[in-house]
Amino acid sequence: MIADSRLAPRRRLGGTAGILLTGFCSALAAGLLIVILGYVAIQGWGAINPAFVTQLPHPVGVPDGGVGNGIVGTIIIVAIAAVIAVPIGVLTGLYLAVYGRGLSAELIRFLAEVLSGVPSIAIGLFAYTICVKPFAHFSAFSASFAFAVLMLPLMIRTSEEAIRGVPTSIREGALALGLPDYGGVVHVVLPAARPLIVTGLLLAIARVTGETAPLLFTAFGSQFWELNPANPMAVLALQIFTYAISPYDDWHRQAWGGALLLILAVLVLNVGARLALGRHGKKS
Amino acid sequence: MQPAVVAAKDTVPDLVEIALSAQAVSAWYGSKLAIRDINLDFIRNSITALMGPSGCGKTTFLRCLNRIHESALDARTAGKVLLAGTNIYDADVNPVVTRRRIGMVFQRPNPFPTMSILENVTSGPRYTGMTNEPRELADLAEEALRRAALFDEVKDKLRDPALSLSGGQQQRLCIARALAVKPEVLLMDEPTSALDPLSTLKIEELMEHLAADFTVVIVTHNLQQAARVSHFTAFMLGDADRVGSVVEFAPTGEIFTHPKDSRTEDYITGRFG
Ligand SMILES: Nc1ncnc2c1ncn2[C@@H]1O[C@H](COP(=O)(O)OP(=O)(O)OP(=O)(O)O)[C@@H](O)[C@H]1O
Ligand SMILES: [Mg+2]
Repeated sequence: MIADSRLAPRRRLGGTAGILLTGFCSALAAGLLIVILGYVAIQGWGAINPAFVTQLPHPVGVPDGGVGNGIVGTIIIVAIAAVIAVPIGVLTGLYLAVYGRGLSAELIRFLAEVLSGVPSIAIGLFAYTICVKPFAHFSAFSASFAFAVLMLPLMIRTSEEAIRGVPTSIREGALALGLPDYGGVVHVVLPAARPLIVTGLLLAIARVTGETAPLLFTAFGSQFWELNPANPMAVLALQIFTYAISPYDDWHRQAWGGALLLILAVLVLNVGARLALGRHGKKS
Repeated sequence: MQPAVVAAKDTVPDLVEIALSAQAVSAWYGSKLAIRDINLDFIRNSITALMGPSGCGKTTFLRCLNRIHESALDARTAGKVLLAGTNIYDADVNPVVTRRRIGMVFQRPNPFPTMSILENVTSGPRYTGMTNEPRELADLAEEALRRAALFDEVKDKLRDPALSLSGGQQQRLCIARALAVKPEVLLMDEPTSALDPLSTLKIEELMEHLAADFTVVIVTHNLQQAARVSHFTAFMLGDADRVGSVVEFAPTGEIFTHPKDSRTEDYITGRFG
């Protein structure tokens, strides 16, 4: 009691200071985010019009023109990356969730963690070395490969957590019915884990959608409507980079427009991830 | 303990057939021995109650009877469990197939959360390869739902999510799901302990009919429930220090009126447990 009465005022003081400090930092972070978003929105809004999202880039001096091919290229490259990363990530997550205690599982977990910290430009260089150099040809596919590697650690982690999160009672329910192991996994465990896996996928896509460094020497960029992943392809993030370092005001404007599009896309993906999570939360 | 088992057998006619027989069953969690040397026979088309204080190993023993105990990490079993004369622990017996013949209902309802009511009931027949034919699946589902006394309540909303049902309905759905693969034995681990009295009553009522087609083993904490639904009762003892084992096994009427072991008597008269 005595100690309490002596400590209480100081603790309250500490509490007040703590609230002020943490509150100030939170406000700073939130404010910074709002300023950045607002600035991009103001700068980019003027550039966004139907032509901007549907047309090919025009040469300097020719007005209008757009980033339509970059938008399509981004979608193609990210989609192929997801097609590669999802099965590998989910199956690895499943392995970790089921055999999670062995040495090999620990090793995989450690490697995935390290991989998630590797700079994207290094992964781009790796993709260049094995997917571009041997063919002497830049390609969208090599960019997808780099993106898939970037997505993989996140896919593995969220899949493992999602599968682990399926209650033992549900798993044993399948077992007790006499479903074979894979039957229980395919028909019961994975469907139950799906909302969280989808959330992880959306976040992984959001994570790579704005990546630029690995694209420099993989997708490379293109002035055309390129749909074949074996060829160099335009990507929105690359176009932003090219336009931003150019000396032309019109291109700067378009860079801001592209940046705004990317931010909106990432925003939509994040909201989608939350919605998938929300549905899951309500269900269970 | 052995004499009790013999005594119980003496009271049943020689004609009865033993559906499931546990012989010297022991089970471990890691290095911890949870139950030791349990011998019990389960008569075909009878209901046997497993009773005993919390932690005595009822769940563990039940989970040894369909080889689900071994699915937990580090869990191990010894002894034999004869299903229609064949040891389910023999090396050449497939545990997956065994579990189709020995169904299980858990303490808490565990419907498959992403499936509809109908899909839950048909999941067994469909994914164990019994049949994929929609007509047959529908028939199996209706039969199982009727046996579980749930059909009338859900027949107009079979496509609704299983989780939209009440807890008691979910538990009957789980019973229907287990019955749909047509097991020979049905293991039930405190199937009503998470339910309200009305749902409990419904499940006790349906159990009476189950014995006509199945051999039922039910774990229960509830003495009245054991007295009401079971033909035989096994009383188990054990706790954190003493390894779980069967103290007495006899027809339920005898256990409740003339328990042979003083510890059984203490338990059913409420002196402990
Ligand atoms: N997963 C586990 N790991 C380690 N020990 C366990 C595990 N499950 C149960 N045990 C131990 O095994 C013994 C028997 O447990 P069991 O769950 O079979 O008891 P029970 O009779 O079903 O109890 P209750 O009536 O509370 O359900 C207990 O001492 C318990 O602590
Ligand atoms: Mg139990």
